[in-house]
Amino acid sequence: MTRFLASRLLQALAVLALMSFAITLLMGLMPGDPVDLMLAGNPRATPEDAARLRALHGLDQPLLTRYANWLVAALGGDLGHSRLFSQPVMEVLLPRLGNTLLLLGLTLVLSVAIALPLGVYAARHPRSAADGAINLLCFAGISVPPFWLALLLILLFAVQLQWLPASGLGPVGEEGWLARLPHLVLPVLTLTLASVGGYTRYVRAAMLGELRQDYIRTARAKGLPERSVVWRHGLRNALIPIVTVVALEFGSLFSGALVIETMFAWPGMGKLIYDSIMGNDLNVALVALLLATLTTLAGNLAADVAYAALDPRITFRDGGS
Amino acid sequence: MRLRLAALAAPVLALSVLTQSGLTAGPALAAKDELVIGINQFPSNWHPSIEAMMAKSYILGMARRPLTAYDADWKLTCLLCTELPSVEKGTAAYETRPDGSKGVRATYTINPKAAWGDGRPVTTRDVLFTWEVGKHPQNGYSNTDLYSRDIVAIEVRDERTFTVHRDKPVCDYQSLNDFALLPEHIERPVFEADPAAYRTRSAYETNTTNPGLYAGPYRIASVESGSHVVLEPNPGWWGPPPPFRRVVVRAVENTAALEANLLAGQLDMIPGEAGLPLDQVLAFEKRNAARYAITYKPGLFFEHIDLNFDNPVLADLRVRKALLHAIDRETINKQLFGGRQPVAHNEINPLDRVHVPGYPTYGYDPAAAAKLLDEAGWNQMRGGIRHNARGERLTLEIMTTAGNRSRELVQQVLQSQWRQAGIEARIVNEPPRVLFGQTLRERRFKGMALFAWISAPENIPRTILHSGMIPTAENGWAGQNFPGYRNPAMDRVIEDLEHVCEPDANRALWAELQRIYAEDLPNLPLFFRAEGYILPPWLEGVVPTGHQDPSTLWIENWKAKQ
Repeated sequence: MTRFLASRLLQALAVLALMSFAITLLMGLMPGDPVDLMLAGNPRATPEDAARLRALHGLDQPLLTRYANWLVAALGGDLGHSRLFSQPVMEVLLPRLGNTLLLLGLTLVLSVAIALPLGVYAARHPRSAADGAINLLCFAGISVPPFWLALLLILLFAVQLQWLPASGLGPVGEEGWLARLPHLVLPVLTLTLASVGGYTRYVRAAMLGELRQDYIRTARAKGLPERSVVWRHGLRNALIPIVTVVALEFGSLFSGALVIETMFAWPGMGKLIYDSIMGNDLNVALVALLLATLTTLAGNLAADVAYAALDPRITFRDGGS
Repeated sequence: MRLRLAALAAPVLALSVLTQSGLTAGPALAAKDELVIGINQFPSNWHPSIEAMMAKSYILGMARRPLTAYDADWKLTCLLCTELPSVEKGTAAYETRPDGSKGVRATYTINPKAAWGDGRPVTTRDVLFTWEVGKHPQNGYSNTDLYSRDIVAIEVRDERTFTVHRDKPVCDYQSLNDFALLPEHIERPVFEADPAAYRTRSAYETNTTNPGLYAGPYRIASVESGSHVVLEPNPGWWGPPPPFRRVVVRAVENTAALEANLLAGQLDMIPGEAGLPLDQVLAFEKRNAARYAITYKPGLFFEHIDLNFDNPVLADLRVRKALLHAIDRETINKQLFGGRQPVAHNEINPLDRVHVPGYPTYGYDPAAAAKLLDEAGWNQMRGGIRHNARGERLTLEIMTTAGNRSRELVQQVLQSQWRQAGIEARIVNEPPRVLFGQTLRERRFKGMALFAWISAPENIPRTILHSGMIPTAENGWAGQNFPGYRNPAMDRVIEDLEHVCEPDANRALWAELQRIYAEDLPNLPLFFRAEGYILPPWLEGVVPTGHQDPSTLWIENWKAKQ
């Protein structure tokens, strides 16, 4: 196990190094430099201003030199300053990371909690009316554009019924979780409705496959209660592909949900990454994307560990699974 | 069964509990001693001179007071000073320096009551420090001309009075609009520790809620980055008492969601400066006119089409005039903008003091457009498109900022109207960062580019019309004369405008500038963009300005009706 983890850690470091270089290169290839964007629309800006600002922000250096400088500083713990926000990168990132973790973490938990029973129920009653209804709802959730769904929910619950706030992190001047909860309802509901369909379909498909296996027939023949057959034996095996999907989704916990964050004025990572790329703020974009990469890798590692817990045939001996 | 009912009831109960506090977060917040404003952008930083953006100017307008500003009538006025300097009153004078060069000096007195939020008076020490920072090459300011070139000396008379010496005998010597005063007692230690790091370590970024940073009626009391800002009355404010106990500015970037927030009662108002696009305000007005006071203000956003003079088709003045005659801007204004967005016939807004009517204009006249195109050699119509004798099609590319709904709509109407005149316009749009960051800057656009300039009243358009401002590889793509327009007569007028200040002669120069512009058509003027303000009926005193000085600079005049 230790050897396996060490090997995955080394792989993760290599992937991060490659990603940091690739992101820098891609950002460098994007048209327009940050100073031009800063000066766009300012008819008083002079050539001297442009040159001065390029030197100040280190943009007069070749891209590779800038990358090398960033890498050396980053290895020393300094992730640089945001050009857009005039703050250290981590001070810009951390509050938004917390907001995104809260929003997407709740969504993930809620989606899985709804999808598991729905998917299992649909798999146990294939081609029934209930299965049809669940499928219909799933496809509706998958097909409806999240921004449209968000607007509908805002119009219904905030504008018409005035039950819930339409946007924002929380009521001004009030701290604490309880005060923030009403502000979470609509964005979490939107994201959950948009993602629960996909999870339910995965659970249903995986469970359908498992419920047709010989070991399930054997378990029933042995007289095990149906609940035990389905939930202890069937679901446990069906969870392996579901864990893979959830692990892949885990990366989005750090990269955010751009559309929903924009619609609900929820300052999170998605919006930050978008703004930093469009505003050519390399330091923020780089660290934010590396964080997302790191989480995806961590999610996959957790999935590997979960496979072993779910399926005793999977071990970490000889450094691999 | 009982269990199932309980399971169903649980989320409903939870929702109802949540909504109880949700209600308090909504309309109840809009008490009349509190104002909740919704804007479409959150400022990325707080230093008044680093990175200009309208959302920041709008919020800081409540917390800062510039020495001078343009008011709603586009007249220069003193905000932090006591009186505008003037030659007539002897507080300003044109001068000849010991080296023989000519300049102008102007004396200002800071309002004797003016104080920062921590009680420290605003003094000439702040003026000198602001100049010191402004001149520093590593300050991070996007434009330092005012500090490093225009102002050659500042002479301190006393604690409150100072004289500014300018490098040229300029006509706009009274204006110190962009001289954003910094509190010396807070910012000097930060600046002196490391001038190169000042832009990131300034107290405006690291200690934004420090009351000593603000000398306006309000101070920033709390900031939730990306979400909202809370402003509370500034204890050091010397003017009329501010009208609200608290002002909350919420940022909702999606304008449909911004509108929904207003309707949900989470916001009291959406200002024109950083609010909804005009077409959305017009649609909103149709549905909700009874509940809100909606006003419009056309301003200094000059929507126009830059033409690339390197394109031989567009280098022909007859084609440029035909392009303008072929489009019906009045109808576009009526149909798309409810008649609220005045048609521009020149680069200078008619509301500007320096606007001088009498220059040629080009109304919708398809016959005149056809005649001009015939004269220019585009006289053979094939498949509805004009061709010249060499068989070339009259095809032009038109670009604009992708995602700007209003511009894309105008662009499509223009394309259709030009088509009727036999001109084929091909739409090639780009995201703003590509269009402004590369295509325009390096003059890579092949035909036409639709976008807007924002300027100040009485702004001399040197950077966009002077031939020395054409971006080239040799000058590092500096300047904003993207069309590549050259006319020695225009250059001369622009240069003279900067120092011929005698009123009649100055006005004659402005008239000449507008005449040359109208005769040469370096770009196609379209509209002066209007901004729509959605205000609650109980709010009085909000006066839109239509220029870069936001309405919040006069927030002490706002009040809630009893």
